[in-house]
Amino acid sequence: MDFNIFLSLSFLFIPLLLFAYQLFFGHILKHDTWWVSLFGIGLNLAVALSFFYQSFFNSADNILFNGRFNWLTTGNFNLDLGITIDNLAVIMLLVVSLVSFLVHLYSSEYMKGDLRFSRYYAFLGLFTFSMNGIVLADSITMIYIFWELVGLSSYLIIGFWFEKNSAASASKKAFLTNRVGDIGMFIGIMMIYFVGDSHSFNLDEIIAKVKLGGIDSTYLTIAGVLIFLGAVGKSAQLPLHIWLPDAMEGPTPASAMIHAATMVAAGVYMSLRIFPILTFEALSIIAFIGASTAIFAAIIAITQNDIKKVLAYSTVSQLGYMVLAIGVGSYMAAFFHLVTHAMFKACLFMASGSVIHSMHHSLHELHDHETDPQDMRNMGGLKNKMPITYFSMLITTLAIAGVPFFSGFVSKDAILAGTLAHYFEHGGVTIFLPIAGFGAAAITAFYMFRLIFLTFHGKPKNEKIYDHIHESPLPMTIPLIVLSALSFSVFYTGSINPLADGSYSWFAKAIGNGHNYVIEVDNSHNDNYSKDKYAGKSKNDKYGHELDESDSKFNFTYHVSHAAHAAHYTAMYLSLLVAGLGIIFSSLVYLFRKIDPELLYRFFNIFRLYDLSKNKFYIDEIYSNILYKPFMFWSKVSSKIDWDLYDQKGIDSLGKLTLFASNKSTKVDYDWLDQIIVDGFGKLANYMSMKLKNIQGGIVQSYILGGLVALILIILLVQQI
Amino acid sequence: MESWILSTLIFLPVIGVLVMCIVSMLNLDEDKAIYKYIALATTGIQLILSGLLYINFDPSHSVLNSPYTVQVDWISNFNIEYYIGVDGLSMPMVLLSALLSFLCIGISWNVNKNVFGYFALFLLLDAGMMGVFLSLDFFLFYIFWEVMLLPMYFLIGMWGGPQRHYAAIKFFLYTLFGSVFMLLGMLALYYYAPDGNTFNLISLISQAPRIEASLWGFDMRFLIWIALFIGFAIKVPVFPFHTWLPLAHVEAPTAISVILAGVLLKMGTYGLLRISYPLLPGEVVNFAYILAFLGVINIIWGAINAIAQIDLKKMVAYSSVSHMGYVLLGMASIVSTESAGAEAGLNGAVMQMFNHGTITAMLFMLVGVLYDQAHHRWIVFPDDYKDKDLAGKIAFGGIASKMPVFNGFIILAFFAGLGLPALSGFISEALCFIGGFSAFRVLTIIGTLGILLNAIYFLRAYQRIFLGPFNEKYNDLKDMNVKDLAIILPLAFLTLLFGVYPQPLMNIISDSLGKLIILVQPYI
Repeated sequence: MDFNIFLSLSFLFIPLLLFAYQLFFGHILKHDTWWVSLFGIGLNLAVALSFFYQSFFNSADNILFNGRFNWLTTGNFNLDLGITIDNLAVIMLLVVSLVSFLVHLYSSEYMKGDLRFSRYYAFLGLFTFSMNGIVLADSITMIYIFWELVGLSSYLIIGFWFEKNSAASASKKAFLTNRVGDIGMFIGIMMIYFVGDSHSFNLDEIIAKVKLGGIDSTYLTIAGVLIFLGAVGKSAQLPLHIWLPDAMEGPTPASAMIHAATMVAAGVYMSLRIFPILTFEALSIIAFIGASTAIFAAIIAITQNDIKKVLAYSTVSQLGYMVLAIGVGSYMAAFFHLVTHAMFKACLFMASGSVIHSMHHSLHELHDHETDPQDMRNMGGLKNKMPITYFSMLITTLAIAGVPFFSGFVSKDAILAGTLAHYFEHGGVTIFLPIAGFGAAAITAFYMFRLIFLTFHGKPKNEKIYDHIHESPLPMTIPLIVLSALSFSVFYTGSINPLADGSYSWFAKAIGNGHNYVIEVDNSHNDNYSKDKYAGKSKNDKYGHELDESDSKFNFTYHVSHAAHAAHYTAMYLSLLVAGLGIIFSSLVYLFRKIDPELLYRFFNIFRLYDLSKNKFYIDEIYSNILYKPFMFWSKVSSKIDWDLYDQKGIDSLGKLTLFASNKSTKVDYDWLDQIIVDGFGKLANYMSMKLKNIQGGIVQSYILGGLVALILIILLVQQI
Repeated sequence: MESWILSTLIFLPVIGVLVMCIVSMLNLDEDKAIYKYIALATTGIQLILSGLLYINFDPSHSVLNSPYTVQVDWISNFNIEYYIGVDGLSMPMVLLSALLSFLCIGISWNVNKNVFGYFALFLLLDAGMMGVFLSLDFFLFYIFWEVMLLPMYFLIGMWGGPQRHYAAIKFFLYTLFGSVFMLLGMLALYYYAPDGNTFNLISLISQAPRIEASLWGFDMRFLIWIALFIGFAIKVPVFPFHTWLPLAHVEAPTAISVILAGVLLKMGTYGLLRISYPLLPGEVVNFAYILAFLGVINIIWGAINAIAQIDLKKMVAYSSVSHMGYVLLGMASIVSTESAGAEAGLNGAVMQMFNHGTITAMLFMLVGVLYDQAHHRWIVFPDDYKDKDLAGKIAFGGIASKMPVFNGFIILAFFAGLGLPALSGFISEALCFIGGFSAFRVLTIIGTLGILLNAIYFLRAYQRIFLGPFNEKYNDLKDMNVKDLAIILPLAFLTLLFGVYPQPLMNIISDSLGKLIILVQPYI
């Protein structure tokens, strides 16, 4: 147990040390500095494997290690930070370290010769550290802290080639868009904190509070949706998905890790962490967001020509699937798809990186700086030149398209079964969920094979470029081989039967169905549920499966998983059908050239569908015109109000008023008071004396006369008194 | 040493000034740098002393049983005392002032115009700041408050930018306007104190709430609260008294901007917490909603205005308006019925006072480094720029690669400013929000927009100055030198330290603020 403290802390901090090392001393070893990072992440991978080994045989509720310390405390306010390693975390840690390790290896060639090579490895280290923090966190605040830190690493990586204006703008856009979601998350965290009498940020304690019941369900719904907003930002869900495609400005291997396999999945991971406290209403909102994102992004991906953009929208779409799975209560399926997607999407990105890398070198040799090395219209026929890249990409495309024997088939099938079951249970508008799910599955198969055919099949578009194309070196192809191998379903289901139900695999056992205490608490108070559905069937649920929960409460996720199991075959046939349709249609258009793409374009553009898809539904433009520009304008106006109007005209006019008043008072003071009144007395005296001096004429008679008059006056006065 | 350490902290700079005068009279100042060294030594000793004070500081002591408290009669006819002391509220402010004063001597090292005057005035300012934070007698507090104004006026007016005279007079008059109200409030407290006329802030704690009088139909305590609030609010500055700040900050020389934003603004909130809160707890409760409202306005209005700025220094100045809003929101949450909320909010507010001090000092210092080399600090040239071709164009561009070390510190400072976790700004802002949320739900939710708005202007400015294609015009820019690094490193270290491990800061303030909460809670 004590050893696990050491292991988990070193697991967390090794990447941080790598960051510091690469930042300050990375330049010393020049290019060889990457070995240090690879070694460090290798240690991480070893630790993750040891955790995996330790928890492999444990049940889903088992916690391998749990520890926390008091980070900040005053009076009744406590903020603890701590680590929880349960099975969910163990598998996530393994995914993160594996992808990180492979990306570190891959980047040594991909980033070779870059001016800021060691800086790149520093950022990878910072990212891995932050990501590990999210995975290990036992409290919602700790998730938030590392959540922001992955945001920083993402910002730094996207803007890695900051001399390009587009990269600089993309990094800013990513950070700010995420912050929109983070505001919601922060408010949600505060709402959750103040629930009930005892306040805590610790996830277990929050869940325990909710489990006790008595919390207003509307309050909890709002809190849950707000926290989920964080995931909407980080996992690029509608309507905050706009940053992810732009994030492709970053180096491709970093995109593979951060913007495909791990960081964007952090939103899903976080949602799984708070899954127990999400109310049914919150889950429904989440489901609809996920389903819309899945289909929406898939439609956009059809018409993109930049190989990375296709994959970026594909990522958005696949993340939509995971979110959809959470929304319908398929806890396990969401995480399952997260893991399989991490493998095949990381591979797809690195394979596309391999293509871009060799395109780039080819163009470099030709001294061609005009042609876009990422545009699929400049590729074609590359499969003969780059066989490893081709086969790994083909395998992973089969996986993402949902073809049996491959991992994506199993995980996507689990999600689709969940949506179908959800619809069977609730009916009504929820039909949108399976429609979007299956629709997106068909489109995914179509655009992914379009990518394969355009890039690797057909005739080379440009013979010159084609001649200079070479397969990438070993450090780049090894990760491709490893990840494409991990895209076979056998690793996850443990069964060679391609149609095996994923929900009976070792993976499903390790993860379990999750718990949703809100709904359970709700239902335990609801007599109808317990009487009609469960009380009478305490041994068997309506699908004939034995209930292994001895308590009388309605176990929501258990129920969902069984409903999904019942819907499994329907879902499987349907998904096989749609995937097959997508692939066949795609090969008809782009491989066999039986259908002219131009024709398709004209057909769909009758409804402006092509233009909409090509221009990403104009979301960026809409945001720019209705949000960004008016806001910037308003900030200028408010600055004018604040300074030119309020201060210069308002405050300063008080000063001017004072000046004016003091001028006036000077006038009063000097012209009137001083000059007229005060001096008036003087003048008067002067005048009088002028007049009076005539009296003193030296004539004695007049003196006597004056004296007499005075005497008489005095006498008169005295008599009066 | 215990009884004289606080007085030394206050009057050491004055001794420094006297030494300067002697040096000047004896004509020992052939090399004007001697004044710089005297100032450096003075503030250095002051910093060491405040460090010693911190090490021996027991946060559980109140000023009543603290060994550092000094209380002697001064003007006994009017019951005016020389009463100074330190508790958890003033301790971080003393540390902050001592640190920033010391670093600012370094920042001012290349001042060459009237060296004697500059550094002498700076030391007087330093003495005034220490005095304000250590005074426990209102009259003494008021004296130090006013003592600061004069050096500040001259420092802005003589060593400032092109509009320095205007800025200095505006700053001076604006603050003086507030001081008049503060004086009125102070005199009212003095005369209406039920147990005899006193300025003693500690004995007023028990007396002021018992004041029973009214004027023009208003309750006297309400009027005192308003008068004191106006006095302090101008210093913070609270919207709508904030417009002196951008001007003064922009026109002041770098070191003075650092002191202004780093220390002087905190005096406003410090005054509220030291005087208004304990003396008028009933009014605090009545006024809390307005305080929180003004805080949220500060956060939003400051940030929106910062977004529009094209002068980097002015942007940082407006960011101070926004960041002080968090302090107000946190302070207001003392009326929360949730004790955890009140504690989080109030502690967060004081932590934010300290953390904003270090972060904004870094920001102004870094702007100064850029300005000294480029001789301008436009993000975008204004439309009426003297060079018509450049008007409206982005001024810098891509200098990140030219100045990698500078770039690193800018990233640190900007991200600290926008509240990135693991840097100190985050935890204090978060605590202010958590506190605010427990007391003023809707207001705080509006205030959380600041999380986004603060990020917008920092990242926009960062992109425009540091990213994008390199502007060849700035080929001569040099990275930070050793002196710059020596100044920025302590600040960067504190920002990181209190971001990663904020408990040491919390330990200083927590007990004193707990007592303050106990004072106010009965009135809720």
